[in-house]
Amino acid sequence: MSHISPVIWQFLVKWMTNFALFPPEASRIAPQMDALLFFITLVSLIGLTIVVLLVVSFSILYSKKRHPVAVQIEGSTLLEATWTIIPLGLFLVMFVWGALIYFRVFTPPANAMNIYVVGKQWMWKAEHPGGQHEINSLHVPTGQPVQLTLISQDVFHSFSIPAFRVKREAIPGRYTTVWFEATTPGTYHLFCTQYCGTDHSQMIGDVVVMTPGDFKQWLASSTSGASLAQNGERLFASLSCAACHNTRPDARGPSLANVYGAKLPLATGETITADDAYLREAILNPSQHITQGYAPIMPTYQGQVSEEGVIALVEYIKNLNSDYRIQQTTNTTDLLPESEGKAAPAAAQTTAPGKVKP
Amino acid sequence: MSDTIVSLPDQSTARIPKVNYLNKENGLLSWLLTSDHKRIAILYLISITFFFFIGGALAGLIRLELLTPQSDLMATDTYNKVFTMHGVIMIFLFLVPSVPATLGNFLIPIMLGAKDLALPKINLLSWYLYMAGGLLALYTMMAGGVDTGWTFTTPLSTHYVNTNVLTTGLAIFIAGFSSIFTGLNFIVTIHKMRAPGMTWFRMPLFVWAHYAASILMVLGTPVLAIAIVLVALERTIGIGVFDPAKGGDPLLFQHLFWFYSHPAVYIMILPGMGVISEVISTFSRKRVFGYTAVAFSSVAIAVFGFFVWAHHMFIMGISNYAVLVFSLLTMLVAVPSAIKIFNWAFTLYKGSITFETPMLYAFGFMGLFTIGGMTGVFLGTSGTDIHLTETYFIVAHFHFVMVGGMLMAFLSGIHFWWPKITGRMYPEKISQLAAVVTFIGFNLTFFPQFILGVLGMPRRYASYPPEFQILNVFSTAGATILGVGYLLPVLYLTWSLKYGAIAGNNPWQATGLEWQIQSPPLTENFTELPIMDHEA
Repeated sequence: MSHISPVIWQFLVKWMTNFALFPPEASRIAPQMDALLFFITLVSLIGLTIVVLLVVSFSILYSKKRHPVAVQIEGSTLLEATWTIIPLGLFLVMFVWGALIYFRVFTPPANAMNIYVVGKQWMWKAEHPGGQHEINSLHVPTGQPVQLTLISQDVFHSFSIPAFRVKREAIPGRYTTVWFEATTPGTYHLFCTQYCGTDHSQMIGDVVVMTPGDFKQWLASSTSGASLAQNGERLFASLSCAACHNTRPDARGPSLANVYGAKLPLATGETITADDAYLREAILNPSQHITQGYAPIMPTYQGQVSEEGVIALVEYIKNLNSDYRIQQTTNTTDLLPESEGKAAPAAAQTTAPGKVKP
Repeated sequence: MSDTIVSLPDQSTARIPKVNYLNKENGLLSWLLTSDHKRIAILYLISITFFFFIGGALAGLIRLELLTPQSDLMATDTYNKVFTMHGVIMIFLFLVPSVPATLGNFLIPIMLGAKDLALPKINLLSWYLYMAGGLLALYTMMAGGVDTGWTFTTPLSTHYVNTNVLTTGLAIFIAGFSSIFTGLNFIVTIHKMRAPGMTWFRMPLFVWAHYAASILMVLGTPVLAIAIVLVALERTIGIGVFDPAKGGDPLLFQHLFWFYSHPAVYIMILPGMGVISEVISTFSRKRVFGYTAVAFSSVAIAVFGFFVWAHHMFIMGISNYAVLVFSLLTMLVAVPSAIKIFNWAFTLYKGSITFETPMLYAFGFMGLFTIGGMTGVFLGTSGTDIHLTETYFIVAHFHFVMVGGMLMAFLSGIHFWWPKITGRMYPEKISQLAAVVTFIGFNLTFFPQFILGVLGMPRRYASYPPEFQILNVFSTAGATILGVGYLLPVLYLTWSLKYGAIAGNNPWQATGLEWQIQSPPLTENFTELPIMDHEA
């Protein structure tokens, strides 16, 4: 082997030891996606084989040497119908099968744990409900549906985890969601797949899948001291939101207790469900979203709150279950001592401070 | 029909006709001020070849950078500019005008039995607009380039990059009008200039394909122009149509952009399909199997092609039900392509087949376009699109369609009509070799990219994880071979201008009207008005 040039040798060694042909399947949807991928591949290969066989065999059988005079044939309605209907039928099977998977990927189950992800040139920031922040990495447990709520602070990005077979665009000015349930612990690629400028190819990271036990430990060791909702609460106080959104009878703004998920009558006469997207809009463009019975006096917070800040506020509002909770915010100047003991364990959302009853 | 009569042309005694469109007038001005559709076709041929090699050199730089996982050959900004300019030049300055502006321009009037296009001066204007757009694009490249990607996604293009978005946009805007004028000219010509007896269903399929493509050019390109103007206004005075902070919607840009840019795929491929229909028919010495089906499938592609644009946006947060509709329509547009492939295959049945260079390229087209089309179905299927979109799978897919399909068709057509255009034959053996080299190089370059895409390698990455390197090395090696495959025709076709065998009127024993006149044709094409009494 000594006569093989070192370059080629190196290449061969690399070829044998480090190359990939198919991505790992590490989520519940991955095998389902792959089943459809294999089906379409199979149909394609059969189609290609038929075309190649036809061309090659006709080329041999009817070459000018063997078949000097061509026979003119106009066409055949039966054949035209055959190669219209069979491909159409197969394409429709793929369409239905694909749509089932598509709806599955973009319809999160009710018990999904929500993690916010903000994309910005050129990094991914993940915000766990317990207040854990991550940059260019995402830790998730196995066996637990995880929903990502994505938004971009600048240009389009796209959050792609090939091993999970999921991908979702992070769009400026709008939340998008995707969910997955990881199955196999390990470290997987995280890519930004939407071209986003200079360091697009550096906007990468790791998705770390852990067993529920390890994940709990990770959450505990990565706590920042305050949960996401508590950060929101602090922001709520420092932006003086409670000056109007208090619970007093003469309050200039509506009470926010139990507002999340509720149907709100707007000044325009329409009714809207107060979801993440609505709350974000109502903070940034309040004049467009006046609740019935209130004057359009709220200033815009566009430019004053970052996307992470909005997320914290939304998370805080999500967890407001009583007027009492808001009064607490209004009355509390130093929030830290209260929050520290309650830093969120695993299914953090359910124990976020907002839920603490008086 | 005459194609079955075996009679050798007078090649031994043939000489180039004393008077033809090439030598009727001389001097640079006679070319620059010509309104002869054949001369304008030559002007286009020279210019698009020039831009093709610039785009090709940029592709070479991309493949060199991707030879190693690190971003080491050039800065990431440079890499981003290189792939942006590669896309802009190849799409707007090569693929869109490639077959229509050269072969279409040269052949459509002759195939219809006309002396010229309906609007000869508009035809010349169209070339000048193309050149203005092309030179502006070159200037942009020299002045620092642009790094938005050829898709100009907002708000990246409007607020975040500080490169030459405006001049590139203007270049595409201008080149777009050249395309609109060409399409308009073809539509008018096909409606109004057909010779007596040339009914719609006697027209060559090449003309049908161009008719369908022309409709797309005329209806689609203005929408691209609007999108570019809006980007320019957003970038300069901040009108806010695409800015969520001002109540705009950044996704709106993509709707507008793809409303043109998806039909543009058919603008690029349909004329190529027209070439393949003519070539397969000629070299199997048979009329195309199912003429009506092939003709109508072109029109069907053009019509459905307008209603599938949002399949570029399946993961971008458009409504799930919109995804359903667009996925279904995408499946429908795949069917006419399948119809064409099978009709071409059955044209060979009971033919009398020879394997000259144009036919080899046509076979290459059929194989590669089948793969390109089927992989399009992977992407039109909404579920699998989630995993495959924005990866190298997309890159491989559209290169199979555009390069494997369209470029093969272009080369097939250039070789096929070269004797008519120049009056001389290309050298057969080396041309067949070039066709085979191109086919091998192409597959080696782009097939590994499907696997890279399934693995999840994102497109437009200057660097990538090391386990993707082997496949990228294959791809770069293939690109080298492909480069040789493209250089060869330039060399031997140039050589043949002086040394090629004299072709005679009809070296292929083909049936089309263009083969009934001298090679190269007279400026007026026909000495007397042809009357069509049979089907093409």
